[in-house]
Amino acid sequence: MARNLQFEIFRYNPQDPASVPHMQKYVLDETENMTLFIALNRLREEQDPSLQFDFCCRAAICGACAMVINGRPNLACKTKTKELPDEITLLPLPVFKLVGDLSVDTGVWFRQMYDKVESWVHTSKAFDPAALEERMDNAVAEQVYELERCIECGCCVSACGTARLRPDFLGAASLNRIARFVVDPRDQRSDKDYYQIIGNDEGIFGCMGLLACEDVCPKGLPLQNQLGFLRRRMGITALKRLFK
Amino acid sequence: MQTYFSDLLVIGAGLSGERIAVEAAGAGFGVNVLSIVPARRSHSSAAQGGMQAALGNCAMGKGDCPDVHFADTVKGSDWGADQEVARMFVDNAPIEMRQLAFWGVPWNRVVPGKSTFFKGGEKFEKIEEEDKEGLITARAFGGTAKWRTCYTSDGTGHAVMCTLDNRCAQLGINVFDKKEAIALIHDGANCLGAVVRCLKTGVLEAYVARATAICTGGFGRIYKATTNAVICDGGGHAIAMDTGLVPLGNPEAIQFHPTGIVPTDILVTEGCRGDGGTLLDVNKERFMQIYEPEKAELASRDVVSRRMTEHMRAGKGVKSAYGEHLWLDIRHLGDKHISTKLREVDEICQNFLGVDPRVDLIPVRPTQHYTMSGIRTNKDGAAYGLKGLFSAGEAACWDMHGFNRLGGNSLAETVVAGGIIGKKIAEFLQGHEVNFPTKTIRDALLKQQSRIDALIAGKNGRENVYRVREAMQDALMDGCFVFRNGKDLEKCVNVLQEVMERAKAVGLQSSGIGANPELSAALKIQGQVKLALCIAKAALERKESRGSHTREDYPERNDRDWLKRTLAYWPEGARLPRLEYEDPTPYYELPPGERGYGGGKIITADAEKIAKLTIKPGAKPAEAAKAKTAN
Repeated sequence: MARNLQFEIFRYNPQDPASVPHMQKYVLDETENMTLFIALNRLREEQDPSLQFDFCCRAAICGACAMVINGRPNLACKTKTKELPDEITLLPLPVFKLVGDLSVDTGVWFRQMYDKVESWVHTSKAFDPAALEERMDNAVAEQVYELERCIECGCCVSACGTARLRPDFLGAASLNRIARFVVDPRDQRSDKDYYQIIGNDEGIFGCMGLLACEDVCPKGLPLQNQLGFLRRRMGITALKRLFK
Repeated sequence: MQTYFSDLLVIGAGLSGERIAVEAAGAGFGVNVLSIVPARRSHSSAAQGGMQAALGNCAMGKGDCPDVHFADTVKGSDWGADQEVARMFVDNAPIEMRQLAFWGVPWNRVVPGKSTFFKGGEKFEKIEEEDKEGLITARAFGGTAKWRTCYTSDGTGHAVMCTLDNRCAQLGINVFDKKEAIALIHDGANCLGAVVRCLKTGVLEAYVARATAICTGGFGRIYKATTNAVICDGGGHAIAMDTGLVPLGNPEAIQFHPTGIVPTDILVTEGCRGDGGTLLDVNKERFMQIYEPEKAELASRDVVSRRMTEHMRAGKGVKSAYGEHLWLDIRHLGDKHISTKLREVDEICQNFLGVDPRVDLIPVRPTQHYTMSGIRTNKDGAAYGLKGLFSAGEAACWDMHGFNRLGGNSLAETVVAGGIIGKKIAEFLQGHEVNFPTKTIRDALLKQQSRIDALIAGKNGRENVYRVREAMQDALMDGCFVFRNGKDLEKCVNVLQEVMERAKAVGLQSSGIGANPELSAALKIQGQVKLALCIAKAALERKESRGSHTREDYPERNDRDWLKRTLAYWPEGARLPRLEYEDPTPYYELPPGERGYGGGKIITADAEKIAKLTIKPGAKPAEAAKAKTAN
C-alpha cells in the first residue's frame, strides 16, 4: 500500500517583503523508487510552483542539492523516500546565505575559499606545447584525485561546530583542498607557505575534532585524516618557527 | 539597472566556457563568465569516461596518431563531420591534454609491466613499456581503433572542471554564478552582450561585451527521458535562435543511449552489456537475439536503442508510474564482478533505486544522451548571422561529430575547441571595435521586463508552464525519438505547433517575486518548443538514415541527396523554422565510405564531385587550399 508522505518544508523568500520564515506542510503519495528529487519536483509542478530548491546533475556528482533532511545534511537527489519515515522535514543548509526556501548560496562561499587558499598549482615553470608531459607516478596521481573528489555540496561546513560559531573558519572542504595541493608534486609551495594560510584558528587549529564533517560527507571523503595530516605538518612547521 | 562591461562575455561556465575564458584572459582581455549554477556543478563535471587524444603512450595505444583519431572521428560521424574541423581537433587534442596536466589535472599514468584486461568477457594480457612510465595513459572506448581515452579514475570531467575553475580563480576571472542569460543584446549585425536575470534576487542586469560566447551545453531536457543535468535545457540555444539571425546546425542529430535507469534516467554504463548483461522484457525473457541474432545485446548504442523501442511498441514493455521500461539483468555476473568491475553501476542502483543488482533487475529505457546539434559556427567558433557571437562545446555545431558522436570525443571537444576558439576570439578582440548604444541596451532590458510583467500578470493567458513543457516532451518522445518516420514526424510537428500556441499563453500561478523558479521555466518555454520544432521539422525533411537519425521509411544512408548539413532559422513571428542546407565539409581528407559497423545500405554520392573535393590524407588546411587552386 502506497504511503502518503507528509512534508514539512522551510519557507522564506527574502526578496518578498510579505514573506516570513515558516514551515509549510505538503502531502504527496509515494511512488516506487521515489527520491527527494522526484518528490520535490512533483511538489513544485503539481502543488506549489514558487517552491525553491536546487538540483543539477540529480546523480550525486555535482553537489547542488544538499539540504538538511530530517535533521541531517545530505544530498536530496540520492535520498530515497522509502528510507525515511512518513514525516519528512526539510531545511536549508545553515552557514550559507539563504537564497530562498531550501536554496542556499554555496557558490560565493567556495569562490572566496579558492582565493583564500590560492586553490591552484603554484609553479615557476612555463608550459611548453612542443614537449612531452612531465612524468608523474600513477599512485601519486590517484592520491591527488582521491582528495579532489570533493563536490563542494557544503554538507561538511554546515555540520561543523566551529563554522557555526565563527564565520571566518575555513572548514573541512578548504583544508581538504589544501591537502590536495600538499600531496601534488607540481605545486612548489612549502609547508611554510601553507602555514601562512592555515596555521591559525581560522584554519587547522580552529577544528574542534567533533568529526561531523566526515560523518555527513556524501562522498565518504576521509576528511578527518586530512585534518590530522595537516595538523601534524603545521604543528611541526610551527615548532620549527619557534626554534629557528 | 546594473550594467557590467567586459571585452568578452562567456555564457556558461562548463569546460568549454571556462577554457575560452582562460585563453582570452591569458591574452590580456577582461572576461565575465555567467553560470546558472556554481561553475563546478556544470554538467561537464558529470562526465566519467575520459577525453580522446592520440598520445600513444600506453601499450594498447601504440602506433596511435592524429591521423588514426581523425579516421575514427569521421567514420563515427557517418561523414556528417566538417573534416577541416575534425583535423584541427585531433591535431590539438594531445597538446591540450598536456596543458591540462601542467595546470593540475591528475591524469592516470602509465605503470610499466604486465597486466590483464577484459575484452568481450575474455581475459588478455598486455605489457606496458618501461620508457613510458609516468606519461599520461589511456583506456579503450567504443568506435576507436586504439586505446586513446585519457582519464582520471571514473571522474575525468570532475577533475578537469576543478583544474580549469582553479585556473579561472588564479587569473582573477569573474565567474558569476546563479545568473541566467534570457536574451542577447544585438543591433542586427553585432552581438553586444546579454540581458541576465539574477537567480538569487530575480533582478535584471545587462552584461555588455565586445564578444559573447555561448557555451551552455546540450538541450536534452526538452526530452522527457534524458541523461542530462536539469540545467541542460536549451536556454543558450533559445536566446541565439530568438535573434532570428543565428541558425541551429543539424537539429535532427540527437544521440540516444540504451540504458538510462527508470525513473531518473541516470546512465548505467555500456559496460554492463559488454561484460555479459542481458536485456529482458515484461515476461523476463531475452529479446535482443530475436532482432540481432549475431550481436544481440552487444550491438551499437543506436541499434540497441532502436530494438528496445521496437519491442516496447510491440507491447512487451513493463508498465510503471513513470512510463514503460525494460529490464537490465546483471545478476548472473556475480558479486565479485559487480562489486569490482561495475562498482559505479552497483552504487547507482543502491543509491537511486534501492536495488541490489546481484539479486534484482534494473529498470532501464533508451534515453536522450547528447545533442550533436547546436548553434552553427564556422571553424573559428564564430556563429553564423551575428558578428561577435561565438559558441563552443555541446552547445555548438562546430561540427566534428556529424550525425554520431564517439565516446570520449565530447569531453575532449570541450577543452580542445575551447582552446582553439578562445585563441580566435582573442584575435577577433584585437581588431574589433563596436558601439554600445545605450538605447539598444535599455530597449533590450525593457523588452524582457515587459515579458516578465506579462507572465506575472497573466496577460497572455493562464496556461500552466509545467503542463506545456510536459506536452512538448511527450510529443518529442512519441514522434522524434529513436525511430522516426514520415507519418509520426508530421503528427509531431502538428502537435508541437499546438503546444507553441499554449506556450505563448503561459501565465504564472505564483507571485514571480525573487528567484522564482516558475518564472525561469516560463521565460524559456517558447524557446524550448522552437527547438523541439526544429528537431521534428528537420527530421521530417531529412529522408535518409544517417548516424543517430533513423528513418524507418528511408533506411539507407543517401549520400546522393543528403550529404549536407541542415541549418534551421527561426524568423520572428514564424510558425515553423526555415530550413537551409550547406555542404558538410569544405573538402574530403577521407571520402565517404562504409563505417565498418552498423551495416545499412548506402546510396553513393556523385563520384566526380567527391573526387574533386578530395585532398591528400593528412594535408593541412593551407595545403588543401593550395591543392584546390592548383586543380
